Amino acid sequence: MNTENLIALLVAAPLLGAAVLLCGGRALDRVGHLLGTLLAAVSFVIAVVLFSDLVGKSPHDRTLTQHLFSWVPVEGFQADVSFQLDQLSMTFVLLITGVGTLIHMYSIGYMEHDERRRRFFGYLNLFLAAMLLLVLADNYLLLYVGWEGVGLASYLLIGFWQHKPSAATAAKKAFLVNRVGDMGLSIAIMIMFSTFGTFAFKPVFDSVGDTSQGKLTAIGLTLLLAACGKSAQVPLQSWLGDAMEGPTPVSALIHAATMVTAGVYLIVRSGVIFNGAPDAQLATAVVGAVTLMFGAIVGCAKDDIKKALAGSTMSQIGYMVLAAGLGPVGYVFAIMHLVTHGFFKAGLFLGAGSVMHGMNDEVDMRRYGALRKYMPITFATFTLAYLAIIGFPGLSGFFSKDKIIEAAFAKGGTEGWILGITAVVGAAVTAFYMTRIMLMTFFGEKRWVPDEQGNEPHPHEAPSSMTIPMLVLAVGSVFAGGIFSLGDRFLKWLEPVTGHTEGHSPISTGAITGATVACMLIGMGVAWVMYGRRDVPALAPRGSLLTRAARRDLLQDDFNHVVLVRGGEHLTRSLVYVDHTLVDGVVNGTAASVGGLSGRLRKLQNGYVRSYAVSMFGGAAVIIAATLLMRAV
Amino acid sequence: MSFPLLTATAALPAVGAIATAAVPAKQRTAAKWLALLFSLGTLVFAAVIAARFDPGGNQFQLTESHAWITDFGVRYELGVDGIGVALIALTALLMPFVILAGWHDADPQETGSSRWRPTQGFFALILAVEAMVIVSFEATDVFVFYIFFEAMLIPMYFLIGGFGDRAGPHGEKEAATQRSYAAVKFLLYNLVGGLIMLAAVIGLYVVAGNFSLQEIVAARANGSLHMATSTERLLFLGFFFAFAVKAPLWPLHTWLPNAMGEATAPVAVLITAVVDKVGTFAMLRFCLQLFPNASKWATPAILVLALISIVYGALLAVGQRDIKRLVAYASISHFGFIIMGIFAMTSQGQSGATLYMVNHGISTAALMLVAGFLISRRGSRLIADYGGVQKVAPVLAGTFLIGGLATLSLPGLAPFVSEFLVLVGTFTRYPVIGIIATIGIVLAALYTLVLYQRTMTGPVKPSTEGIADLRVRELAVVVPLIGVLIFLGVYPKPLTDMVNPAVQHTLSDVHKKDPKPEVEAAHK
Amino acid sequence: MNPVNYLYLAALLFTIGAIGVLIRRNAIIVFMCIELMLNACNLTFVAFSRMHGNLDGQIIAFFTMVVAAAEVVVGLAIIVSLFRTRHSASVDDASLMKL
Repeated sequence: MNTENLIALLVAAPLLGAAVLLCGGRALDRVGHLLGTLLAAVSFVIAVVLFSDLVGKSPHDRTLTQHLFSWVPVEGFQADVSFQLDQLSMTFVLLITGVGTLIHMYSIGYMEHDERRRRFFGYLNLFLAAMLLLVLADNYLLLYVGWEGVGLASYLLIGFWQHKPSAATAAKKAFLVNRVGDMGLSIAIMIMFSTFGTFAFKPVFDSVGDTSQGKLTAIGLTLLLAACGKSAQVPLQSWLGDAMEGPTPVSALIHAATMVTAGVYLIVRSGVIFNGAPDAQLATAVVGAVTLMFGAIVGCAKDDIKKALAGSTMSQIGYMVLAAGLGPVGYVFAIMHLVTHGFFKAGLFLGAGSVMHGMNDEVDMRRYGALRKYMPITFATFTLAYLAIIGFPGLSGFFSKDKIIEAAFAKGGTEGWILGITAVVGAAVTAFYMTRIMLMTFFGEKRWVPDEQGNEPHPHEAPSSMTIPMLVLAVGSVFAGGIFSLGDRFLKWLEPVTGHTEGHSPISTGAITGATVACMLIGMGVAWVMYGRRDVPALAPRGSLLTRAARRDLLQDDFNHVVLVRGGEHLTRSLVYVDHTLVDGVVNGTAASVGGLSGRLRKLQNGYVRSYAVSMFGGAAVIIAATLLMRAV
Repeated sequence: MSFPLLTATAALPAVGAIATAAVPAKQRTAAKWLALLFSLGTLVFAAVIAARFDPGGNQFQLTESHAWITDFGVRYELGVDGIGVALIALTALLMPFVILAGWHDADPQETGSSRWRPTQGFFALILAVEAMVIVSFEATDVFVFYIFFEAMLIPMYFLIGGFGDRAGPHGEKEAATQRSYAAVKFLLYNLVGGLIMLAAVIGLYVVAGNFSLQEIVAARANGSLHMATSTERLLFLGFFFAFAVKAPLWPLHTWLPNAMGEATAPVAVLITAVVDKVGTFAMLRFCLQLFPNASKWATPAILVLALISIVYGALLAVGQRDIKRLVAYASISHFGFIIMGIFAMTSQGQSGATLYMVNHGISTAALMLVAGFLISRRGSRLIADYGGVQKVAPVLAGTFLIGGLATLSLPGLAPFVSEFLVLVGTFTRYPVIGIIATIGIVLAALYTLVLYQRTMTGPVKPSTEGIADLRVRELAVVVPLIGVLIFLGVYPKPLTDMVNPAVQHTLSDVHKKDPKPEVEAAHK
Repeated sequence: MNPVNYLYLAALLFTIGAIGVLIRRNAIIVFMCIELMLNACNLTFVAFSRMHGNLDGQIIAFFTMVVAAAEVVVGLAIIVSLFRTRHSASVDDASLMKL
């Protein structure tokens, strides 16, 4: 059997699951979660089969394509439903289906008491299908379908607990902010179509050389806008924190490991375009650098464990976007960090979910403390993921982050120094906020409080359906980076797709690594001084100006609220008024003036015979006079 | 002589209207079933038209031509191109659902109406509208088109003014006043448009000597008919004004929210999904083909108006408090897209605009009819009266969400394909307008999701507690519509195959070619 | 005698009638003034008939007389019934024919 034909099955399996679970009635309630997990696993198995097939081929021949049908055939406009599986897509497919299957498994336990569990699994399957479509599409329009599809799944899952107004609002916000990004993607496709006459990857990339740099910059910047929306990069980052209203497995899968990294995929996939547009590349790198600091600072101030982790996600994706903005020097490392981040961040979120599970869904870290004794497995896996994310030497994050920092310095010039130093400082802040989370959650004194119903929390280890995925992810967090770096395996794997040039940084690799590790230790130390040595107050202190701003997402939300929400409300309200009084008023006014005029004319009709007679004579006189005048002329 | 298929397709609902009206007063159920049967029969005929139509053949097919008023050169001429077939199919497809959705809307037992034979009248009027709309899509004689274009107003006037939702918060009397205001406004706007068009129709006769679209186009092409520039422009404006009122284009749109707000949901669907399409269809068919030069002359102004419609309609939709008026303003935004696609004068734009007409019809029908089911349960159109419906009626909420997602053009559902084609088609010729129009994408998400959030999510309000989920009849309305939306979103090829050649004909009539891509792509 | 003099007389009679219609209130007098105007017209018709030497004007004069007679019948009937209800023959008292 031809392995190409398996590609469509990758998407079809979870799509089938979504259709069956969402359309099937209550009869499926008892098996729905199993069916959903099974189909995710099927997809993963197919992915593994395809992977082994790809590995067996020569490195430059590792692209499989499958054409399904012609989607929108219009004169001059060819959009097909067809797939392309190369090393880059394969990496994503394995990550998505692998982590996806684990999180399906985790959700069986996590959502056990939710009466709408079947629907939850339906949405998760829908997400998998859309995400796979996104990375498998061989043209931008089909990618766009997946792009919005994951947005929809994210909307449905963030708002899964719709009865909470905050969840519904967060879901809406996420979708809207993403739509702003989508606008960028659609404009990019429009520019591509008018420039190249097509938007399929291969022909577009092949003819990049024949077009002007201005066009490429325009495409690059609009693609960057799209990536900012999906990957929660400044200035479209505001939705990610609120998205934590969704169930925790969702935060782990969608808002940490896979969907939010779609922006990085988009930039790396469009690498050829970015390579031809240095301005767009610089903008990308700057966005990444700004976001990595922004997210890290926000992560330091949040007391909500999930929101702190969301800030961290933003920051880590900032690293990836920064790397992607460096061009061929960084593409491979962006993806490598993406994969390792997928492991450790999903692990951290699942750990957080496990903690919440045991603590009556409490999310405030100031009400945790001393949990390490009660949840040993969670503690152990969380710790490994923690060491990985802060870049502890030997663990996954160390290898991937280090490469990005090196690449940033290798950019050269002032830009290189600024980007590099930002990345190093970011590493210190990362160590600080992660250590803070660790200390507040697992160490120190108990600061537990009963929930609203007065139930005392009884922290306990989660069921095995939840701990197994956490253990698997912990293994990945520890070893993935090392395995990837051993003999530059990951580099050699991806290079045929993304291209790679070796960077030459102005300072030696050893010095950079040393500085990074030193920064990490400083960050850990400061956090220990602040949160480990002293007791953590149950009520958050007022904090410095920066802390207070960071708690409010560095006032970005307030800005949005004042400018966009309030401004928009005023605009629509005044437009409603204008429509009613002005546009409608002109027409109604015409009608009214016709009515008024006829009212006046009616007064002439007074019923007096003699006044009618006068008007008759007057009229006759005018006519005669006119006739005579005409004669005279 | 072959079987007059086009006449028969239009005549069937007309016969149905008469038959339904003649059903005895007490046999209300029989009247409903009769109307449904006739609409289904029309659907079968429409399917036969679509099957017999050969996309690769002549521009107009299945033609019929008979002398009518010989003194004025009026001929009874019918014929369809791919665009006409698509729209006839849309009309015939939607009607059974409209009738089924309005099953109880005019039943005196349900509404307490004291009108004379309300049920028979309601369904007879709906079928009458269907017949007239179908003739409008078929007519290739300007005079025949004009007659049916105008005659449609009569049944529509009675449908809007005579049947409404159950009494609102201010009682039946206030509701009746609002209804008659809406109906008169609808009538006056469209009559004024129609009168100006009548003058242009007469002017066209004076210039061309007959009313036949094909003859006039042929005569202009071979040079035997010459129109002075100013004459052509005036005639174009006369036609366009009527169609812009019907479509409706900003600033001639204010009748639509009133009409859609006051009418029952099925009638609102009839207005926006079917009747208004005659306006945009006629722009493509008559404005562009009869007056190609004037069309090109007016394009910049029309594109700007369309752009204003898109953004303005969407912004006003955000500000609405009434579910039905919100959908009405959303439709104004969508009509802006359709008109933009038509006047972008590219293959993608016009194919997209035609698909948009079909897809918008189906998606609005889905959204509006579900909204109507919701409104009929609670007796209020105000968004603020709802909340948490998702909890008590999950299927209703789910279908409402899908209708909403179609309205915001989510990829995978039909409207996305058409909206994107329109945007791309516009962008290749007018980049700035194309980019500004994408704001519509964001605003569409805003008004749809705000509507969904306020009505369906959140804690269950006391006023929504008793709301029941969709019944079998209602599911039979919504599920097939959603099925069509998904099918056309994933596989629109049958429709595009039908439409593409017709669009090429139209474009060659206006002597416009697609702009070439800057870089001729390597593959092909 | 110069036939134009008849035209002057007719004009004079018409003017007297017109002024009478406009300024008098009594319905009978208004009516008589209308008759005066009609007869002034008759006079011009006959005069023109004589001047141009054909009979058309005289025939029209006969028509006018017939119409005037019919008008008198209807008009007097209206005036009489008006007088019965209003006890007045003033035209200003009858102003109900308005919107």
